[in-house]
Amino acid sequence: MKPLKLVAVSAGLSQPSSTRLLADRLAEAARRHLAEERATEVRVVELRDLATDIANTMVTGFPGAALREAIEAVTEADGVIAVTPIFTASYSGLFKSFFDVIDNTALAGKPVLIAATGGTARHSLALEHALRPLFAYLRAIVVPTAVYAASEDWGTGGDGRTDGLATRISRAAEELAGLVLRRPAAAERIDAVIPFEQQLAALRP
Amino acid sequence: MQFGIFTVGDVTTDPTTGRTPSEHERIKAMVAIALKAEEVGLDVFATGEHHNPPFVPSSPTTMLGYIAARTERLILSTSTTLITTNDPVKIAEDFAMLQHLAGGRVDLMLGRGNTGPVYPWFGKDIRQGIPLAIENYALLHELWRKDVVDWEGRFRTPLQSFTSTPRPLDGVPPFVWHGSIRSPEIAEQAAYYGDGFFANNIFWPKEHFIRLVELYRQRFAHYGHGTPEQAVVGLGGQVFMRKNSQDAVREFRPYFDNAPVYGHGPSLEEFTDQTPLTVGSPQEVIDKTLTFRDSFGDYQRQLFLMDHAGLPLKTVLEQLDILGEEVVPVLRREFAAGRPSEVPDGPTHGALVARRDAEAGEGSPVPAGSPA
Repeated sequence: MKPLKLVAVSAGLSQPSSTRLLADRLAEAARRHLAEERATEVRVVELRDLATDIANTMVTGFPGAALREAIEAVTEADGVIAVTPIFTASYSGLFKSFFDVIDNTALAGKPVLIAATGGTARHSLALEHALRPLFAYLRAIVVPTAVYAASEDWGTGGDGRTDGLATRISRAAEELAGLVLRRPAAAERIDAVIPFEQQLAALRP
Repeated sequence: MQFGIFTVGDVTTDPTTGRTPSEHERIKAMVAIALKAEEVGLDVFATGEHHNPPFVPSSPTTMLGYIAARTERLILSTSTTLITTNDPVKIAEDFAMLQHLAGGRVDLMLGRGNTGPVYPWFGKDIRQGIPLAIENYALLHELWRKDVVDWEGRFRTPLQSFTSTPRPLDGVPPFVWHGSIRSPEIAEQAAYYGDGFFANNIFWPKEHFIRLVELYRQRFAHYGHGTPEQAVVGLGGQVFMRKNSQDAVREFRPYFDNAPVYGHGPSLEEFTDQTPLTVGSPQEVIDKTLTFRDSFGDYQRQLFLMDHAGLPLKTVLEQLDILGEEVVPVLRREFAAGRPSEVPDGPTHGALVARRDAEAGEGSPVPAGSPA
């Protein structure tokens, strides 16, 4: 049986980046859950490396080689982890631009775990108000638990009212793994053409 | 194999001088470019159709009729004629009239356009783009082949006992190309009718177009028009040449960097690497154009984009001199070498008439370009 493919898309900009760190933590947690049943390959797509390619694609309409390869990886993945820093109350422009240049059917039916980082926990609902509708539009199956990591989360545990970051990561990763494992095998995508007689017949008054 | 040029007809500021030609100057320049194309031995001049600034060619048959009167050999074509928003009856009439005036030196390339608002401006729904292309062409095809047409469709008022005049020259309609940059439905349409398929490959990497052209070739054979190798394929190209490669790059770079379609995006080097654009010596243009055959098979028509992005007329005419004198003669020779005899030449009125007559002689009249 072929190994499952998990792709984490990180829109973090700094080096090192807490967005990338969160993506790695989520990917590793999901891989561990999946590994109980299936071998799993993890691939991280760093959008920072593709920033110029993404802008060029906006201008020319076609992706360069590196971006094309990343888009194919996401399109063929069994599950996707999408992580963005929160900028100006929403996902970053780079993050949105990547999902703007990807085919709008590429994520249809695909389990997606959404996550975000920010300087303050006050922006955590951006996940629910911005990322979840974005992926709903793309007809992805969005994991119920979205993971937000504020700066303070990296240095605190949970308390009586909230689970700590580690617990949230684990819960979200388990939910993602469950969806990936229950997902029906994807059919090979073929370029089917509708015979011309059918196209003509559909127009007859 | 036919070689020619196609123009978008854009009015663009020359980025090196800041000068913008008037519409009048641009229209006159397009005519001068067409006449030059014939002078330097090219076969085809094709004009776009647009209905918004900064483009001038809203009325292609008017312009082509004028050029027809001032040329002897040049085939006049379009790139593209909007099959979605033009009335197919008017296309049938306009191009049949042009065909008579030009002595048969006319074909046309159908497309859906690239400007969304043109649909509502002409009372059409952009979401019906493909169905409009299919129904309108089915009517156009019939109008050129049946003297009296009764017709009813979804998008146009019905016709009873309608005759499109003038009838096509010698009873043979103009050859039709279907142009597309992304839709397999259009490749399928071209294949169904045995028409030509033009892949305007100039802005995108070739892998995408290889799939479309291959689909068209397979379906052309499926519908009984010949072998896949006999399907009629046209390709685009875009070049800027100087004797020395470095001079070409230096001179063209400001035009590239500010070009309306792809300017302010990838570098000239990245773009030449990924698309058919060639900026360099005539030999480099020859080498790159010859690779098209490796990717797409032997084909029938090669059109170059030469006059956009604000290039001054004088420069464009110099480019055409180089193209006609140094590039096309070599390409003709090289493309002819090793070309299988069953692969057809580029379509001409004379060849279509001869084919119609030959098929009539065999007792199986199949008008050129109609489904078998």
